[in-house]
Amino acid sequence: MYEDHVDTTDLSEITEEDDERAYRGYIRHKKLVVLILIAVAFALVCASLSMGSMDLSLQDILLALIGQADAKSMAVIWNMRMPRILTAVVGGIALALSGCAFQSVLRNPLASASTLGIAQGAAFGASIAIIVLGSGSASAAYEGATSTVDPIATAICAFVGAILSTIVILALSRFREMTPESIVLAGVALSALFTGGTTLVQYFAEDSQVAAVVFWTFGDLSRVNYQQLGIMAAVTLGSGIFFFFNRWNYNAMESGEGLAHGLGVAVTRTRLASMVVGAGAAATVIAFCGIINFIGLVAPHIMRRLLGSDYRYLLPASAAMGAVILLLSDVLCHVIVAPLVLPISAITSFVGAPVFIYLLFKGVRS
Amino acid sequence: MLSANNVKFSYSSRHDLLRDISVALEPGSFLAILGVNGCGKSTLMQLMVDILQPQGGAIELDGVPMHSVKRRDRAKNIAFVSQHSHANRLTVYDAILMGRHPHSDDSTTEEDRKVVNDVMGKLGLKGYSLRYMDELSGGEYQKVVLARAFVQQTPILLLDEPTNNLDPANCHEVMQAVRDEVDQRSVSAAAVMHDINLSLGYCDRFMFVKDGVVESLGGPETITPERIKKIYGLEADVIEHKGQRVVIARKATSCNRRNLEDKEKQ
Repeated sequence: MYEDHVDTTDLSEITEEDDERAYRGYIRHKKLVVLILIAVAFALVCASLSMGSMDLSLQDILLALIGQADAKSMAVIWNMRMPRILTAVVGGIALALSGCAFQSVLRNPLASASTLGIAQGAAFGASIAIIVLGSGSASAAYEGATSTVDPIATAICAFVGAILSTIVILALSRFREMTPESIVLAGVALSALFTGGTTLVQYFAEDSQVAAVVFWTFGDLSRVNYQQLGIMAAVTLGSGIFFFFNRWNYNAMESGEGLAHGLGVAVTRTRLASMVVGAGAAATVIAFCGIINFIGLVAPHIMRRLLGSDYRYLLPASAAMGAVILLLSDVLCHVIVAPLVLPISAITSFVGAPVFIYLLFKGVRS
Repeated sequence: MLSANNVKFSYSSRHDLLRDISVALEPGSFLAILGVNGCGKSTLMQLMVDILQPQGGAIELDGVPMHSVKRRDRAKNIAFVSQHSHANRLTVYDAILMGRHPHSDDSTTEEDRKVVNDVMGKLGLKGYSLRYMDELSGGEYQKVVLARAFVQQTPILLLDEPTNNLDPANCHEVMQAVRDEVDQRSVSAAAVMHDINLSLGYCDRFMFVKDGVVESLGGPETITPERIKKIYGLEADVIEHKGQRVVIARKATSCNRRNLEDKEKQ
């Protein structure tokens, strides 16, 4: 036996049972981390419920949750805070999962909704809706686009725009098989195209319309009502199930295309299907909430650093992390300069980036 | 049994890379596929594992044309170690366990664990379970890649340059591991090789590919100074050492080599 590398531990002493036990402990550790993250998310949900301009005690909140509180508390909890908080949970999960899947199937650590043109497409779609179709005015958009405007038209246009770059990439790949690199590059090119389109549309628009578009792109979790939340949750659940069934395929594809093929993975089909599902989930969230950058990129990477790249655990862990980041950002954007509410898309970056950079330099080994 | 019958393939219409290749892999035999860089050895491997499809002729698995073999059935019959793979943050155990995927749906069975443990023991990977793939040395990494192919427990094993970038000791270890599989489980193995002497130590059949056709296919006796000259443009002596053939290259006459390369380009 040749050892090309001297290890600090004496490997001959290690038995199969030790190996097994160590591996089981390692898997337990991963499961524990996922559970802790879910608990943190739950704690943040509770904390968010108690925060707002109206002071509610823990008792009021618990009573409201079981439907026994007075009408005013009920309205605050169920009509104002709960939809926003659940949107943060669902949105965080959807964005993190889609980013996680993109990074695997495109074998690119930078792949996410914003590098593949999804966010830029959504912004373009929203600009068309607000400026060309005139579905909103600046003041209305600022207030959450609920009163005088048609937020549904904006959401539909944003969704179409968001999914458009993926459709173009799919159409191109029917003519010629595309490598992961060319898919990412095509995404970057389409992002630039959409950004250019948005700029042009804005150039010919009135100030108030431009302001409405800008406010739309800031992202706002409180725009979403229960019906929209239901759509988001259904799409997120569907995509989550799809991703979960592909967890082994993602492991194989990230280790190499030849290997994945050899193990019987339909590489091209899995890649395209995952892109469609990921783009669909991210586009749905962005269409309803506006642009929420960075979560799709940073949540999977934080968990990759902490837990490694095994998608069996990386997927649920990233989903939980996405929810945690978005919930935390939502709390922060309400408290930093209360009663003013800061745009969520800025805060997600402020929460995610420092954690990410810290882990990048610390080089965590689990 | 895996066979290529009169296979044709080209990447561009101007140049036929493979014009007429026929070869069958035999159980209990280890075939070395040899030839100059760019002669189509790796392409042939990719054709045999259905990553590429032949433009003429056919690849057959047990007499069935490859394109009508189900993906999963192919993965149960052919294990492929590709030239390129990526070391990511996956533990050695999980990376090897992945090779069981064609056999077990989504859950890991007791048998999967047993097979993985056996192969890890055989390849001297005991104690490596929790090491991350991206922290292994080249030799360790290649052994894990090989282990993953072994746990697939296929009757056919295809290896594209399995000893690339390995030190001499690791080269021999990897080749011996493949040879053991061939001898113990009657696997049909084929490997794209550059080191003729290493192949002579562990393989029993040798195929030279030149100008898109099989130049020769046979036992060690097919490796002669004339053939080395013809294939590689290299003056060499072939001697016997302890019952094994050894190719000893003389200094390459640069002009010979250049002539050969010019011919290749045409």
